[in-house]
Amino acid sequence: MDLNFTPEEDEFRIKVRRFLEENIPKSGLGDGREGREDKAWLARAKEWQRKLYEAGYVAMAWPKEFGGQALEPVRQSIVNDEVVRAKAPYLIGGSGLGMLGPTLISWGTEEQKKRYLPKILTAEEIWCQGYSEPGSGSDLASLRTRAEIVGDEFVVNGQKVWTSGAQYSDMMFCLVRTDPEAPKHRGISYILIDMHSPGLTVRPLVQMTGDRGFNEVFFDNVRVPRKNLVGKLNEGWIVANATLFHERNMLGSASGSEQRFNRLRALAKSIQRNGHPLSEDPVFRQRLADLQIRVEAMRLHAMRQLTDQIRGRQPGIEAMINKLVGTELNHDLATAAMEAMGDDSMLARDEPSVVDKGYWPYEWMFSLGLVIGGGTSHIQKNIIAERGLKMPKSR
Amino acid sequence: MDFGLSEEQQQLKTSARELLAAECPTPAVRRAMASDDGTLPELWREIAKLGWTGLIVPEKFGGAGLGMLDMAVLLEEQGYAAMPGPFLFSAAIATEAVVRGGSEEMKAKWLGVLAEGKAIGTVAIAETSDRIPTLAKDGRLSGSKVFAPYANLADFVVVSVRGEAGRSLALVDTHSSGVILNRLRHLDLTRRFGLVDFGAAAAEQLSGGESLHRRILDVGAVAIAADSLGGTQRALDMAVDYSKVREQFGKPIGSFQALKHAAAEIVADLEPARSLVWYAAHALDAMPKEAPRAAAMAKARLCEVYSRGTDRAVLMHGGIGFTWEHDIHLWFKRARFNESYLGSPAYYRERVAQLSAY
Ligand SMILES: Cc1cc2nc3c(=O)[nH]c(=O)nc-3n(C[C@H](O)[C@H](O)[C@H](O)COP(=O)(O)OP(=O)(O)OC[C@H]3O[C@@H](n4cnc5c(N)ncnc54)[C@H](O)[C@@H]3O)c2cc1C
Repeated sequence: MDLNFTPEEDEFRIKVRRFLEENIPKSGLGDGREGREDKAWLARAKEWQRKLYEAGYVAMAWPKEFGGQALEPVRQSIVNDEVVRAKAPYLIGGSGLGMLGPTLISWGTEEQKKRYLPKILTAEEIWCQGYSEPGSGSDLASLRTRAEIVGDEFVVNGQKVWTSGAQYSDMMFCLVRTDPEAPKHRGISYILIDMHSPGLTVRPLVQMTGDRGFNEVFFDNVRVPRKNLVGKLNEGWIVANATLFHERNMLGSASGSEQRFNRLRALAKSIQRNGHPLSEDPVFRQRLADLQIRVEAMRLHAMRQLTDQIRGRQPGIEAMINKLVGTELNHDLATAAMEAMGDDSMLARDEPSVVDKGYWPYEWMFSLGLVIGGGTSHIQKNIIAERGLKMPKSR
Repeated sequence: MDFGLSEEQQQLKTSARELLAAECPTPAVRRAMASDDGTLPELWREIAKLGWTGLIVPEKFGGAGLGMLDMAVLLEEQGYAAMPGPFLFSAAIATEAVVRGGSEEMKAKWLGVLAEGKAIGTVAIAETSDRIPTLAKDGRLSGSKVFAPYANLADFVVVSVRGEAGRSLALVDTHSSGVILNRLRHLDLTRRFGLVDFGAAAAEQLSGGESLHRRILDVGAVAIAADSLGGTQRALDMAVDYSKVREQFGKPIGSFQALKHAAAEIVADLEPARSLVWYAAHALDAMPKEAPRAAAMAKARLCEVYSRGTDRAVLMHGGIGFTWEHDIHLWFKRARFNESYLGSPAYYRERVAQLSAY
């Protein structure tokens, strides 16, 4: 066991830290909720990702020929830690970077990789995930959006729902039914759809936060070139699961929890209760320490998984818990912050006296959204029990 | 032994449920949420006619002269409906303050119009607040700003003050000069919250000092607990109903044990908590020595059950539960309001410990 970084890695960390200090936009791109409709915000968000990419800090492990640096995962994890530490804005192209990119690297054709990966890195093309449908959420494999092959095109008809970011995305990775006769897992294909295609309509939905975050997406004879198929025809389920694996790790990411904990601790120090900072209140102190322990366990758990990755070991049950534990933990962190703020926690974010720019009320709600999104906690528990522990299926 | 609602209270509950189902369905709640003042004026007139606003006003002032248990029954149903408006703050808490601590003159001035629903009172009494204003010798209240629900509509505010004789309650007519009412925007839109700036307005002290203040806080705690009881029940009902119609994997999601257990856990929290509310309300009516601890237990427990219950009820709905369009978030946010209002569960648990002398 050696928890030390090499001198080169330490040096690298300092370089990253300095870069971030000097370059983080002051414009409050912060929590990703500002003006999702707003073109100027979108441009600033893209610019930030591009800047970070040009500095060499995005998707560093990706192959060189597609814009990556083929570096060891440790380097990226150093960057990720520093990004969190610096409270840098999140990356607008997150679903391309975190979900589609890794999927294409394993499953895409050379042409697809060459065509799509570089623009994911630079945020020139933003991606959204077209999985869920009105009738198919937890039971994703029952999806019905139909794609028929006509000549060298797919003709897509149907509807997706809860599609995050569709309103500003350029492309969608999408699950469609290509063989309605086959058993449900065997008739699905994974295709890439241009969001500007004729026949495609996006209708934003308002979330409980009051923001427009996810959307309905309707397909009316949308034509998609056959070369946009990822993996084999009717074998999209395997590819879909590769993406889900990356998504769940991303949602359960330990560095995000650490950032939230640090913010919670600062909040608890800033609130006075009975003449003392809340962080000194014996009850709240216990609560804080308990949360810190859970966060620390997940941080170390991530280091363990990183080590396995470096050593080329296949992830097992320890990776299956990431999404469940990470999202529930984040929600508990936000709930603790709400309790800490008392009546002030209820203030709307446009109220001048709102605490911490309204970060926590938003986070309290959004973190519950992520307990649901990407497969609910119930579904995660089923997966852990059935795939991880090989317990008998109930369905 | 006879622990439970009387025949009449059962009837009151049933008729309240029916009335609010008809007159205060969620589209109406949403209308109030989007409105300026956060109320439903027609509904207010209707419940005033039914005598709800005068429920605890003595008969000689035109009220029904009933007790806190009857009030708790009504508040539970209002929580079930997420009924908007100042009822809980005006007809339960502020009215009780005037009934218990008002001078004859003050009672004559306010209780009749309160019972008729023509005047609205609010309160700014939280003990945990650090914004308690000071009452000067000349009876004027210096300009502190305090949180008060529905300050925008209130004709008077019952406010906890610091004075020569320590903590007590005072009443300020909001129409008197100096008073400024500001609306605060906040998350639970089924309520309105405001900021009151007294600006050296005249205040009338209520009699009863510290002990009246205590009782009014206990009444508030029980009122919020009763609202939470109904709200938890509603969130549970919504999740259970949805689990019977939404299908995944070719069957109703309610057939999955995960959802059955989640629903059963809410019930297992809720039913014992229901008894806490009844007990605490009854204690306010008939067992004054027991009342403070019972109220603290009810407030701590019910708010916790409400928050956790609505949180899990959202999860049980999946993606649709995260939308503005779906109604479940109304209760999810109302639970958060109830939890912080007048003090957190942690605060009330500490009170339980103190009142139990350990
Ligand atoms: C904020 C947010 C962002 C999202 N973004 C996207 C996106 O970008 N792209 C996309 O495709 N989707 C997205 N989703 C959709 C998300 O993946 C689904 O909401 C989720 O998978 C649940 O599906 P559902 O909404 O249909 O709920 P349902 O599947 O109807 O679930 C309802 C309830 O039943 C439970 N349940 C269902 N089946 C079982 C079972 N077998 N065992 C136990 N419990 C069960 C669920 O846990 C849940 O509590 C997003 C959702 C949210 C909330």
